[in-house]
Formats: sequence, C-alpha cells, structure tokens
Amino acid sequence: MFSAFMLNAWEISSIVAVVSGVVGFFVVQRANAFAAHALPNGAFAGAAAASYLGVSAVIGLSVFSLAGALAIAGLSRRTRSDVATALVMVLMLSLGSLFLSFSSGYAQQIYSLLFGEVFGISRSEILPTFVVSLFCLIAVLFLYRQLIYTSVVPEAAQAKGVKLAFVDLMFLLILALTTTMAVPVIGTVLIFTLLISPAAAARSFTSKVPVAIMISVSLALITVWVSIALSYWTNYPVGFFVGACGAAIYASGRIYRSIQSKNLNFGEANSLHAL
Amino acid sequence: MAQLGSVFVIAGFFSSYPVRVALVAGLMVAVVSGTVGTFTIIRGQSFAGHSLADIGAAGGSAAYLVNIPAIYGFIGINLVAGLVLEFIGIGRLRGRDLATGIVLSAALGLTALFLYLDTIASTTTNVTASLLFGSILTIQGSSIPIILAVGAIAIAIVMVLYRPLVLSSISKELALAKGIPETKIAIGFLVALALNVSLTAITVGAILSTALLVGPAAIALKLTRRTGRAILIASAIGVIVTWIGIYLSYDSYYWPPHNHGWPASFFVVAIIFALFVTVDTIVRMRRKYLVGKRPAKG
Repeated sequence: MFSAFMLNAWEISSIVAVVSGVVGFFVVQRANAFAAHALPNGAFAGAAAASYLGVSAVIGLSVFSLAGALAIAGLSRRTRSDVATALVMVLMLSLGSLFLSFSSGYAQQIYSLLFGEVFGISRSEILPTFVVSLFCLIAVLFLYRQLIYTSVVPEAAQAKGVKLAFVDLMFLLILALTTTMAVPVIGTVLIFTLLISPAAAARSFTSKVPVAIMISVSLALITVWVSIALSYWTNYPVGFFVGACGAAIYASGRIYRSIQSKNLNFGEANSLHAL
Repeated sequence: MAQLGSVFVIAGFFSSYPVRVALVAGLMVAVVSGTVGTFTIIRGQSFAGHSLADIGAAGGSAAYLVNIPAIYGFIGINLVAGLVLEFIGIGRLRGRDLATGIVLSAALGLTALFLYLDTIASTTTNVTASLLFGSILTIQGSSIPIILAVGAIAIAIVMVLYRPLVLSSISKELALAKGIPETKIAIGFLVALALNVSLTAITVGAILSTALLVGPAAIALKLTRRTGRAILIASAIGVIVTWIGIYLSYDSYYWPPHNHGWPASFFVVAIIFALFVTVDTIVRMRRKYLVGKRPAKG
C-alpha cells in the first residue's frame, strides 16, 4: 500500500485535500457550491478541446476554468448568479461535446477526467500541483478578511468600501485555479465533493472561522486517505468512497449540531449557523 | 445551385425518421422545460435543476446494471433526491446552495460506483458518454409515448398547483399568511422538477436538459414579469431553438472537419446564450432610454 506509485497517490491527494479544505470553507461560507460544480465540470470541456487541438490538457483546463470564472462573474452582474452559472456551464459543456464529436473514442478519457486517476499519478505531476496549491493558499490568505467580511455582512462590507464584485471575481479565479490543479489528478467529481462536504461538516462543529478551516482541512485529509485505502483494498473506485465519506461526515455534522442545539438554548445559536 | 442544394437538404430533413422523432421529442421536452423552468428560476432552484440531471445518471447507471429501462432509474433516484433536498433545506435561501451540493456529491459517488460495475458487467465504456451527452438525434421512436406521458404529468402537476405555486414562489411570507401549505407545494414542485429533468436528461442529455430548463425561462423572465406569459414565451423559445438546433445538426453532416455531424446540443446552447445576452442588453438599453426620458416628461 505504500509502494512507489502509491506514494505519489498519497502525496498528491494530500496536497489537493489541504487546498480544497481551505478553499471549500469559503465556497460553503459564500454559497458558491454551484460555481464549485460548474467550473470543474466546464473545465472538462477545455480538456476535450486541448486533446482535439493536440495541446496539453492543463492548458485547456486552465483557459476554460479561468474564462468560465470571468464569464460567471461578468454575467452575475446582469442576472441572478445561479442562472449565470448555469448558462456559462452549459456553454462550456456544449463546447466540450462539440470537440468530443470532432475527436473519436474518448470514452475512457471521459471517465478518467470525471473520476480522476489518482493511482496513475507520475512523479513529475507533484511539483506543479504543489506550486499551484501554494499559490491558491497565499491568494486566500491575502483576501482572507475581505472573503469573510463580504460573506458574513455584505452590506456592511460594501459600506466600508469593499468592492463585492471584485472579491467575488477574485474568489472565482482562486476556485478556477484550484480546479485546474485538481481535475487532472482527482477528477471533476472528487474535487467537488472535497470542496463541499468537509467544509459543510466543519461549520457544524464550530463557529470560529480559523478552527472551522482547520477542521475542514482535517476532514478533507481523512476523506481522501480513507477513500484511497479502501479503494486500494477493495478495488472499487475512489470516487465512490469519497462520495460516501463526504455524505457521512456531513451527516455526522448535522447530527452533532442537532444534539448541541437540544442541549443549549436556542439563544446560543452562533453567528455562522444563523446565516 | 446553392438554393437547389438547400431544398434537397430540407426535403431530406423531413423524410428522415430520426429527425421526425427528434422534432416531436424536442417539442415536448422544450414545452415541459419552459413551464417547469420558469418556476425553477423564480424559486432560485437552477442548481437543483441541473443537479438532478447528474443525480439521475446514478439511477440510470444502476438501472443499466439490473437491466431495467434507464428512465425508471432516473425517475426513481430523482424523486428520492427531491425529497432529500427538501428535507436538508432547499427552502432556506442560504442553505439551498449547500443542500444541493451535498446531495449532488453523494449521488456522484454512487454514479462512480455504478459506472464502474457497469463497465465490469458489460465491458462497454460508452455508457458513460451516452448518459452524459445523450443525443436528441438518437432517440428511439418507441420511447415517444413515455416522453409524452412523463412530460404531461410534470405539466399537470404545475397546472394543478399553479396559483399557490406562483404565490409561494414570489413571496413565501404572503403564501404563509394566506395559509398555503408551503411544504406540500414545495414538494409538489420538486416532484414536477424531478420528472421534468429525468425526462430531458435521458432523452437529450444532461447539457441540453439544463440549457432548456434555465435558458429559455431566463430569457422570458427578462421580457415579462407575468408568470403565465413567461411560461408561454419560454416554451416558444425552447421549441424554436431546439428545432433550429436539430436542423443545423442534421445539416452539419456536410460540414468540416469530418462530415460527421455536430452535436445538436452545441447549436441549441450557443443560440440560447447569444439570445440571452442580446435580450438582456436590449432590455437594459431600453430601460436606460426610458429612465433618461422621464425627467423631460416631468
């Protein structure tokens, strides 16, 4: 289980889990789950385009996910953000289906882009993933105050001169980078789960932001480690175990919270949950 | 000569059996999506509407495993998912996004499992592609009755619930004050949404399913504030755009790069997106123009 190729899987999935634990906290906090689904899904179209044009998949992924982030942010100014996200996503996906129709015989590739191939990671992929991850974390650190402020009290933040649209755009770009980094290694499906479930559960356990982020990262790490181990032993796909673990930790968070709120009075409902 | 050529293409177009099936199926799919889609947008459930298409794939791949028609798998899992969404809290504004995300990610995990088992069972990997991209030009004529039946049920639910649904979609408080059973209406609508998305996802694929649910209704709601009128406009836009997409897809067999035919979903989505941006820009400019004129009127 800890042979050379498995070591690559452990390392890369741990890197991805740390980033998605952090970025995911803000995804959940800012109610950006649809974008967290749309960007990896749409970026997949970029990979299809890249394979048709004969360029590296990473270029296709990054171009599509960054363009998608810009388009979602731009269109959100004109209409409800969920409608904007849906329209941009179907546009990217339909471009993907167009490029797939130009090429032929990509069924296997579709499966691996969707569900990743964490067991097929080569040594050379680890460093770029690590660098992009570090960049995402530093970007979050820089925007930390604005990200929290605009998601908890958007009106007050605006009154203080924080540009909501700018912070939204920056966060979507961070999300796009996370996507670009994660899709080739763990696939569009897993990155979505890692962005949502650990963070959602973490918010049930505490109302303190730094603690919640820490719990979110730990839960994301536990999710990938348990899933890889189970997948290694049983031969069932990693995606299934990640989905199951994600649902399980979210459910445990909900149960914990309902027990807590029965023990305490309702008056003590803390700020994050009240939202 | 060019005109003569296009006459041949059109004559061939209507005499082609897959095309006629696609036109009928496209009509039904667009009308149901326009009707349910208008409420989906007003209720802010676009993400849920899209997710059900992906969630349905888990049911579809499970059905494939046990050899029952995929449509039953889609409908079964989507009805369950609709109830879970309501239970977790799709009603609350802040919880909506998250509830949908959680259900979607759990279902995607199941899809990974079932697709894996499918590929073991049958050695064909094409099931992944067809579930995701299903093509309107490959619909079997024999599935038209099912399409019509499921679509009719979804429209019937919306019609029966129409008045309370409009009220609860626009203002929850008002609906509560009028004594409308909120939860029942919400669940009723999610059932209609689940049926609609199951139907469209399996006939025209996940991309077109979401595009037709959200796109035409979003355009219609830019043009009018009245729910009934929006439904009519959305359905009309949906039907026209779908038929144009089918025609272009048929025609594109003669196009580069491979004389292979471009996917209809690409044309439909591209037209919808362009139409949305155009309509939005025109409505915006008109509003600016009217606001600019107002002071002159006094």
